[in-house]
Amino acid sequence: MTEKITDIGSRKYLIDDPQMMEMMVDGFFGNIPHASTLGIEFVSIERSKSCLKIPYKKELVGNPESGTIHGGVILSIMDSVGGMAVFAALPAIEAIATLDLRVDYMKPAAIGKAVYASAECYKLTNTIAFVRGVAYQNDENDPVATCAATFMRGSSHAVAITAESK
Amino acid sequence: MEASRDYFAAVREEKNYQKAIELVPYAKLLGISFSESEKEGLLFHLPFDQKNIGNTMLPAIHGGVIAGFMENAAVIHLMWAMESVSMPKIIDFNIDYTLSGRPEDTYASCNIVKLGKRIANVQIEAWQSNRDKVIAVARSHFKLIIE
Repeated sequence: MTEKITDIGSRKYLIDDPQMMEMMVDGFFGNIPHASTLGIEFVSIERSKSCLKIPYKKELVGNPESGTIHGGVILSIMDSVGGMAVFAALPAIEAIATLDLRVDYMKPAAIGKAVYASAECYKLTNTIAFVRGVAYQNDENDPVATCAATFMRGSSHAVAITAESK
Repeated sequence: MEASRDYFAAVREEKNYQKAIELVPYAKLLGISFSESEKEGLLFHLPFDQKNIGNTMLPAIHGGVIAGFMENAAVIHLMWAMESVSMPKIIDFNIDYTLSGRPEDTYASCNIVKLGKRIANVQIEAWQSNRDKVIAVARSHFKLIIE
């Protein structure tokens, strides 16, 4: 069974292991077809936090009149960066699933510029991970959108089995 | 700008669903289509596509794709229902995932809960092979553009 530790003070983080970190960024993240479809790029990861970016592409436009990217693209990057923040907070590898996701749209993203999304897993319980995130272009304090999400831990044995068989 | 509004009005008038999708690049990228029946109203369809996978191990459709599909459905549903030809602007989107999206076709339908002068509230449901097994429910607010 997957070890579940919630004591933030002295517990271990799976991303402290450089091999795990590499596996997450290259192997895991690079293998998500939808992330490649959108052109999502990895920016950074640290304990409980992650950052991704999505360069502007014409295929992602939601409003043909203004040329701004679709709100659905922001939903995707928020779900991805939120999930990654949860992995960055976990003590060991396990499967997670998004339970709910709320995105508030502050303003349309400026045309032609990349959108960054950063997220933090601010609370991890035995069953749930709580995440908040923000999407921005120039300044994190001037967001395009903000997000709140919860993820379920240990949602499938598929990942645990893969990790154990290594 | 005016040209694209006239174009949309014409597309809606002739009930050309495919052309309506082609107006929105992101809807086209996901591969969305929709149809209309008298009994059920607008039905949105997201055919399975490998490029929409978010978890290769399960495998499952990316949660962002399901959410994006449902958001597209809400926007198109509103534009089809209103007289206006201006695209509603999204204010917030709140989704609950009840089942993982299996690698198969997904469907969605919308219900306009409230259509005010400035704000609309839309509920969206998504399902796969079994209409009774909802994989996600969402609600969303939109700002309507007064012309």
